[in-house]
Amino acid sequence: MVQEFIQWLNDSTLAATIQASALMFPWFESVHVLAITLVFGSILVVDLRLLGLASVGRPVTQLVRDVLPVTWIAFAVAVITGAAMFISNAVEYARNFPFQMKMVLLVLAGLNMLVFHFVTCRGVGQWNEARRTPFGARFAGGFSLLAWVGIIAFGRWIGFTIGF
Amino acid sequence: MLSNLRIFADWLARTALSETIQNVSWIIPAVQTVHIVCVAIVIGGTFLVSLRILGVFAPSETIAALANRFLSWIWYALILLLVTGSLLIIGEPGRSLLNPAFALKMAMLVVVAGLTVLLQRPLATDAGFWDVTGGRRLTAKAIAVLSLVLWSCIVFAGRWIAYVTAY
Repeated sequence: MVQEFIQWLNDSTLAATIQASALMFPWFESVHVLAITLVFGSILVVDLRLLGLASVGRPVTQLVRDVLPVTWIAFAVAVITGAAMFISNAVEYARNFPFQMKMVLLVLAGLNMLVFHFVTCRGVGQWNEARRTPFGARFAGGFSLLAWVGIIAFGRWIGFTIGF
Repeated sequence: MLSNLRIFADWLARTALSETIQNVSWIIPAVQTVHIVCVAIVIGGTFLVSLRILGVFAPSETIAALANRFLSWIWYALILLLVTGSLLIIGEPGRSLLNPAFALKMAMLVVVAGLTVLLQRPLATDAGFWDVTGGRRLTAKAIAVLSLVLWSCIVFAGRWIAYVTAY
């Protein structure tokens, strides 16, 4: 089922169009890199706050409210451009190990965020303005930071290992 | 000029350090990863400050507070970018030094670094510097837009080094 979908993407007219163009893939890639740097650069502000390393004078909830819209818009751009690159060579990407690891880390980063929002943040009133946040919040910040560095690293490795 | 650059690139490619980078396959992607992480710090910091000046990010914080928090980081990141960027050049001198996309990237970098200093400097002594007159507010907004455009183009040019053929 998934295999057939990937094969269908791979053989689609859209895939052929992207492959036939000399400019489309490099532009998707360029915008993808810009989007990812903004995703990581902005989420890093929150991660470092949770770790107590920066922006410690700002309440956590306020900082999250300010920063996350920027992160989400950049993330949406990264998903769209990433999907376009994936479609252009779907079968090869799907079986590429760094690509698979990048997707695993993305899912883990998402789960980490969900746990932070719905579990860790329940008692945020008690540490919203504290420099030192509880273990759960520090863990969320550290995990997010490492996951995104991993996502960038595996993303870069795709380019060196993908078969065409 | 160009032939001198070519001679320099050829010499650089034959150094022991360059040969090591060429022969150990993980060095280039690893250095590129550090490079991109540092680019993320610069893009995050400069974009958030620019978006604040344009009024679309964190209106409850002052420009000076954000500039103090974020812009101080980007200079450290820029030092690491210079180091990792130099390693990438040493590894593949012909690919970058003789590449128009690389030349454009460096030119834009010099301009935007100057603009950032111009924006950051007065805030050190006068936190409200960019807010006091209409002219200054407009200047700050112009710098913010230029900064967003130039940093984006720097990232694009960096990626296009891989696609533009060197001289």
